[in-house]
Amino acid sequence: MMKPHRRKRLGVVLFIAFGMSVAVALTLFALSQNINMFYSPTQVANGEVEAGTMFRIGGMVKDGSVEQQQESLAVSFVTTDYIHDVPIEFEGILPDLFREGQGIVAEGRLNATGVFQASRVLAKHDESYMSPEVRAALEQAGADPDNHQFRATPEN
Amino acid sequence: MIPELGQFSLILAFCLSILLGVMPLAGAATGNRLWMSMGRPLGAGLFVFLGICLFILGHAFVTDDFSVRVVAAQSNTLLPMQYKVTALWGGHEGSFLLWTFMLSGWILAVGMFSKSMPVEFVARVLGVLGLLSASYILFMLATSNPFDRMVPVPPADGADLNTALQDIGFILHPPTLYMGYVGYSVVFAFAIAALLSGRLDAAWARWSRPWANVAWAILTIGIALGSWWAYYELGWGGWWAWDPVENPPLITWLFGTALIHSLAVTEKRRVFKSWTVLLAILAFAGSLLGTFITRSGLLTSVHAFASDPSRGVFILAILGVFVGGALLLYAIRAPLIKSEFGFGSLSREIFLLSNNVILVVAAASVFLGTLFPMFYQALTGDLISIGPPYFNIIFVPLMILLVILLGIGPISRWKKTSGDYLKQQLGKVAMASLLLGVALPLIVLLDISIPATIAVALAVWIVLGIGRDLLAKTANKPSRREGLRSLTYGYYGMQGAHFGVAVMLVGVALTSYFSSERSVLLQTGDTVELGGYEFLFAGSERVAGPNYNADRATVLVTRDGDGDAVADLYPELRVYLASGTPSTEMAIDPSLWRDLFVTPGEIRDNGAWTMTVYVKPFVRWIWLGAIIMALSATIAATDRRYRKLARVRKQAEETAGEKVGQGELQPVPGGGT
Repeated sequence: MMKPHRRKRLGVVLFIAFGMSVAVALTLFALSQNINMFYSPTQVANGEVEAGTMFRIGGMVKDGSVEQQQESLAVSFVTTDYIHDVPIEFEGILPDLFREGQGIVAEGRLNATGVFQASRVLAKHDESYMSPEVRAALEQAGADPDNHQFRATPEN
Repeated sequence: MIPELGQFSLILAFCLSILLGVMPLAGAATGNRLWMSMGRPLGAGLFVFLGICLFILGHAFVTDDFSVRVVAAQSNTLLPMQYKVTALWGGHEGSFLLWTFMLSGWILAVGMFSKSMPVEFVARVLGVLGLLSASYILFMLATSNPFDRMVPVPPADGADLNTALQDIGFILHPPTLYMGYVGYSVVFAFAIAALLSGRLDAAWARWSRPWANVAWAILTIGIALGSWWAYYELGWGGWWAWDPVENPPLITWLFGTALIHSLAVTEKRRVFKSWTVLLAILAFAGSLLGTFITRSGLLTSVHAFASDPSRGVFILAILGVFVGGALLLYAIRAPLIKSEFGFGSLSREIFLLSNNVILVVAAASVFLGTLFPMFYQALTGDLISIGPPYFNIIFVPLMILLVILLGIGPISRWKKTSGDYLKQQLGKVAMASLLLGVALPLIVLLDISIPATIAVALAVWIVLGIGRDLLAKTANKPSRREGLRSLTYGYYGMQGAHFGVAVMLVGVALTSYFSSERSVLLQTGDTVELGGYEFLFAGSERVAGPNYNADRATVLVTRDGDGDAVADLYPELRVYLASGTPSTEMAIDPSLWRDLFVTPGEIRDNGAWTMTVYVKPFVRWIWLGAIIMALSATIAATDRRYRKLARVRKQAEETAGEKVGQGELQPVPGGGT
């Protein structure tokens, strides 16, 4: 038989352990519901992502691909890792440093025709800085990020 | 030649920091009073030489000495003077020098305001801080020397300060945040000194409390400044984004908040001692984690400096040595620490313990969400990001629970409180909170939403609870005024900070649920209506700034219905001359009740502008709440019982005999919490 105060202490420990496991389970569930995978244009072109899944894509804005609607905020462009291209459509205001030849990351979904519908477009604040995701995408595709006149400099 | 003097001064500072890290600690271990007494002069010397370093680097920026690499990278001849000076912390090297200088400033302050503490204790605190400074300076000398030259030929002009940083927010936010961050090194050093001496007693908690309060106050302001700056500079109208670099200050802040509460229990009741020490270590670890994430370039964020793996490894080593060493010491000493007082299952101790558990769980979940992408990438090689919904799902319920308990805690009593007493004190308060939670948003904003109702009800719960407690505390005094005067600064600080939470809560909830925004394409003369206001695009003109050219739009805002003029807003699209970087400057009409906010996008070929307009009710309350919290924590830190040196010194001598797990103390006098 356990002494009463030991039993009380065991009860407290079990309660804390139970509480902790519930907290951990809930946290992991919340995490798994909110993971945005990152894909490169090559991965998307190879059909690694299903239409309708929320994800991030990163690459360079292809030269000459940006087309703006005159009467609305709709814009379309092509992102590329110099191996494969993915068309992107967006409605809204693009960031300051969005321009052709610049690295961007976009968040959104593929539609049935393979066009990426972006809900958010991110470009970095420093024009000579490339986000690690875009850099990784270019390297995976076999392109050398540094050959496109990019160097990493301090950015705050 | 002058930058080399800076380099020389940095090396001298390194030597001093080594001495500071060795002599007082060795003195305390061997009982050598001369060595122990070296702590204060060595700390002052460190402050002077790091100050010289900072001054010389600042001089290089002000005089456009582009032969110094960081000046060439971060400054430009066209840069206005205030940004030339502050460009010093616009990059990794200079900002780390500032960080280290801040630490030496804290060391100087500890030396000056520790006259009432035992010599041995002060020596250990200064020694630990000396070791920390030594590792920081070594890090600078080895991987990130701010005085590096451009050889052989310096550029004719600098590359310019990142245009997003040319702003008042950049002048204020980094130094304040660093100052708060580094303040946790002091709290950490106090904890380590207590562990080393084996004396974790009420006196240690009392010495730590003002430092924990001041560090917390400055960190609060630093985070709030960052939030305010991001709000108007980044141009998407948000005040918090769960960015990987915003999160470590928040983690530190959550641990720091838990620490303030836990220290109160340790001082008053001499329980939770080992827990309090652990919190001090965790808060410090949070501050180093922030440094690591910003400077290693491992995570994508608006704050990331250029990535350099060797720096990341070095900071990880500092983190490992100090936090690992502290935890090892803790593991050896903690079993010897005994808590002396019992408490009932309904008592102020229990409410404060719940506060701590909630804050630590919140900090842990933010930590997990922040670093999860890094772990995931290390394990699977896949790149992922964690969205804000994760943080909101976990954080919001925890904070609701915390605020409910916050209303009860200050009214409950130490050791044992009866449920009937709490019901009698707070029953009406709870009813009134629910009623006002429904009524107030309806009256002020003519709108209803369940989250806003919950938030307002919780805020009212806090405020009425404070009022109820003030009534109870002054009830037995001859007059109310006398009663109010008899309450301590510590008490007012606590209730003030809680009031700040209520103000911030209202701001967060109402901004989140009642803000509206629209992105539009406007020709001159077009209008857009939003949230009861009409925005008229009246035209644009070209203007020249000191180091940029801009297109400036004029947007006239009138109230819907009566057409009264409300504000004239002038958002700008700038192009900086030195780097050719475009930058948008939003225009804001701030007020206590709502902000009107216009972000320009771009100018189309036909002269039309794209713009986003926002109406954000109560957004100022977020930062107002932070200011109230910080002021209150400062007031609490000036409580009489920390100031009355003679009395404290006497107590210090009395308690000096107390060793871990041995003997019993006199109950500590002193009012408030």
